[in-house]
Amino acid sequence: MTVHEREGMPGNEDAVATSEHGTAPARREAGDPFPDPGLHEHQPRPTDVDERAGKRAERQIATMFVLSALCTLLFCVAYFVFQVGDDPDVIMGFGASNLALGLTLGLALLLIGIGTIQWARKLMSDVEIVEMRHPTASSETDRAETLQALDAGVSDSGIGRRPLVRNSLIGALALLGLPAIVALRDLGPLPGNKLAVTVWRRGMRVVNDVAGTPIRPEEVEIGQLINTQPEILFETEDGERTYEGTELLQAKTKASTIVVRMQPDDITPSAGRANWGVDGILCYSKICTHVGCPISLWEQQTHHLLCPCHQSTFDLADNGKVVFGPAARALPQLPLMVDDEGYLVAQSDFTEPVGPSYWERGDA
Amino acid sequence: MSTATTNGKQAARTAKPNRLAGAATWVDDRVGLAGVAKKQVRKVFPDHWSFMLGEIALWSFVVLLLTGTFLTLWFKPSMGEVVYNGSYDQLRGVSMSEAYASTLHISFDVRGGLLMRQIHHWSAMLFIAAMFVHMMRVYFTGAFRKPREVNWVIGCLLLLLGSLEGFTGYSLPDDLLSGTGLRAADGFTKAVPVVGTYVSFFLFDGEFPGDAVIPRFFTMHVLLIPGVLLALIGLHMLLLVYHKHTQWPGPGRTEHNVVGYPMMPVYAAKAGGFFFIVFGVSALMGALFSINPVWRYGPYDPSQVTAGSQPDWYMGWPDGALRIFPGWETELFGFTLSWNIFLPIIVLPGLMFTILLMLPFIEAWIVGDKRDHHLLQRPRNAPTRTATMVALMTFIGLLWAAGGNDIIALKFDLNLNYITYFIRVMVFVGPVIAFLLTRRWCISLQRADQARLLHGYESGIIMRSPEGAYAEKHLPISTEEAYTLTARDRHHEKPLPSEADQNGVANRKLRMSRLRTRLSNRWFSGEVEKPTREELDAAHEHSAHELAVHEDGHQHLSSGDYSGDYELDGQTADGHQFDGRRAIEGDELRKS
Repeated sequence: MTVHEREGMPGNEDAVATSEHGTAPARREAGDPFPDPGLHEHQPRPTDVDERAGKRAERQIATMFVLSALCTLLFCVAYFVFQVGDDPDVIMGFGASNLALGLTLGLALLLIGIGTIQWARKLMSDVEIVEMRHPTASSETDRAETLQALDAGVSDSGIGRRPLVRNSLIGALALLGLPAIVALRDLGPLPGNKLAVTVWRRGMRVVNDVAGTPIRPEEVEIGQLINTQPEILFETEDGERTYEGTELLQAKTKASTIVVRMQPDDITPSAGRANWGVDGILCYSKICTHVGCPISLWEQQTHHLLCPCHQSTFDLADNGKVVFGPAARALPQLPLMVDDEGYLVAQSDFTEPVGPSYWERGDA
Repeated sequence: MSTATTNGKQAARTAKPNRLAGAATWVDDRVGLAGVAKKQVRKVFPDHWSFMLGEIALWSFVVLLLTGTFLTLWFKPSMGEVVYNGSYDQLRGVSMSEAYASTLHISFDVRGGLLMRQIHHWSAMLFIAAMFVHMMRVYFTGAFRKPREVNWVIGCLLLLLGSLEGFTGYSLPDDLLSGTGLRAADGFTKAVPVVGTYVSFFLFDGEFPGDAVIPRFFTMHVLLIPGVLLALIGLHMLLLVYHKHTQWPGPGRTEHNVVGYPMMPVYAAKAGGFFFIVFGVSALMGALFSINPVWRYGPYDPSQVTAGSQPDWYMGWPDGALRIFPGWETELFGFTLSWNIFLPIIVLPGLMFTILLMLPFIEAWIVGDKRDHHLLQRPRNAPTRTATMVALMTFIGLLWAAGGNDIIALKFDLNLNYITYFIRVMVFVGPVIAFLLTRRWCISLQRADQARLLHGYESGIIMRSPEGAYAEKHLPISTEEAYTLTARDRHHEKPLPSEADQNGVANRKLRMSRLRTRLSNRWFSGEVEKPTREELDAAHEHSAHELAVHEDGHQHLSSGDYSGDYELDGQTADGHQFDGRRAIEGDELRKS
């Protein structure tokens, strides 16, 4: 049943201008050029008037549902036919199981969806129905009654007359927020000075980060960059590694380093760093001072080291100074020397906290 | 009541029991909802393709719940170290967290596991993308206006929570890429003044990476955030049903009604069917397109990273802000304040979210509109609003591009530094340009509508006058189109409130109300108002005059726009119908 709304007819045109609150009736204003012509007359579809078209649509839709059922069965077949694991089946470079399961499941679902929507479009009534809106706000009487009830409730409770009860309750409730915060205290330990120190110590060897082998200065070529770790991370005690699991990752997060060799003439050490290198070999923290990504994109010609996360660029010939990007501080340098056996070792721990800055960083 | 009421020949029989009615009665006897349900069963929803965008978000959320539940059956949210010995050859013998190992197990040793993982990730992308587009649809068409502001706020919260849900889920596999994301998040946390370091230690249970963050994120990802999302989505839908959907203006469609098809059966079938389509498309994507191949990245190791590391796309814009921000840091009384991290990644997203949340209220305050609105507006008919969103989109879009500055530099062979400098400038200039351009563009489109109303549409028929001038014939548009085009507000410039009007009101209040009036006038300035009946009549008379036969017996055509009251009467146009100098009855050409 179609109800034609004759909103724009003469005599109904001036409602907007007068009501600031409430619904704006259909944007009709005095002097509007066109009256509402009313809803379109319903245009019958082929399936409405032609029995054969209706039957055809029915067959189409049923076919889709049957094909969907078929795909569902094929899904079950594919589940058992195609193997995953050690020796997976492959079709055209795709994993056969994933491809077959995905295609059959996808088609089974799609065909149900398309069929159902086709059903709605072709066979269900497409006569538009008009439903009237109700005002969103409640009626004035409802509002008044509710307010009255609220007032009655509030005054019965005496919350206004007994401020002592009210205020002490508010105070007690507000204080209940505290346990919610206090009880979270054991989420983790306090920072202490953990962020300011690493596992590096005087005399600890600088080793290759994969094999754990120590490095002799003469093995490092000019222009070369080696990813390095402190030797202790590879140490074993009775066949057990000293650092493993979480502790290993935590140690690496601060202690990872890179060793580079440049022409000694290119290097411009700042005051006090003149003896931090060995024949043009310098060691820097690998952890970006921005938000802590490991840095390793090395531009040999310019001595620049680029962070792949946010592109902060550090000049390793110039004390790790920031030359580009969002990082604020130079890359911390690890003072190097050579031990009795001729391997590269640290002179000490880093002289400043490595990695991203934090509030208490200056205390360290 | 077995007494016969007729004297018919057949015995009275009870009606054949209706199974549907039987079931409904059983339910109603126990819950008594028929009173509410009677209106909802045939509830009317208007039809438009853009109303489907929110539905994509809704259904992909359901797909996420289904596939996510499947994944929890095998996923182990633990950072305990294990040595992998599953089917993936390249990583066999490698130490990794249980979370990563179980993700590999799902991907390689559980049949359909990889499919579910990929569907889950694809539908997460779809969920957030659909929410974004749905939000823009709602904003551009003015569907957020009273009484729907609360639903706008809920929608914004859904977008925020959806992004958080995405980030926590992305972190769970504990692969190299997601671990790098967590490492960055640790850096962000530490940049928060005063409490940052503590928050980081509490979040990770000690120093990053710790062994608690994956199980903690898991609980947030599968319980806390989805629970809140579900509740908010329920509320969102409830309000949608209560308000009844907005509709486009048109013949018979007013502020007081809603015209469309009923819930039962049309929308039950269309929306229900659409769920299967969304699920089906996600499944096909899971089958055909690889996403987040975590086995290629390897387990997380804080000393390793891959070039081109990026967060998922919806987190790309704050990451871009982080990339282009200058390296500002302040040391004050021994404390370090990292502006270079705190501003772009903590303050900026919060600020942008607040702006988004406030948009409906800002507009309503400026234009002083307190009416209910159920009819949508075309974006062109609200130029300032449209331009505001486009400016915001430009801002976000530029930052998003900045989030891929390394990829852009690589693919287009450009200088990374110059791209960064360029975007640093453009984030300020771009939105302004976008705002001005969009506003002018909208007003031009309004002019085009005005021309259609006053002079008709371009028929494509070129006519030559006896003098040799050519002009295109314009024909009047249908009354229905004309009605639709004029179904919008007229805005009158408001006079500035004067001191006299505001007798006894504080000076500050007067200044505020003047500012508001000025803003409101600026908001609508330059807009083309719909024509009045008089203007329309004048335009039509003018064109009729142009068509008239002059004293010299000739009809003069101006070379400009040309219109008249002729109709094509459903006939093929040959041009002669309109020159007025030729009888057309019995014209051979008209018969075709």
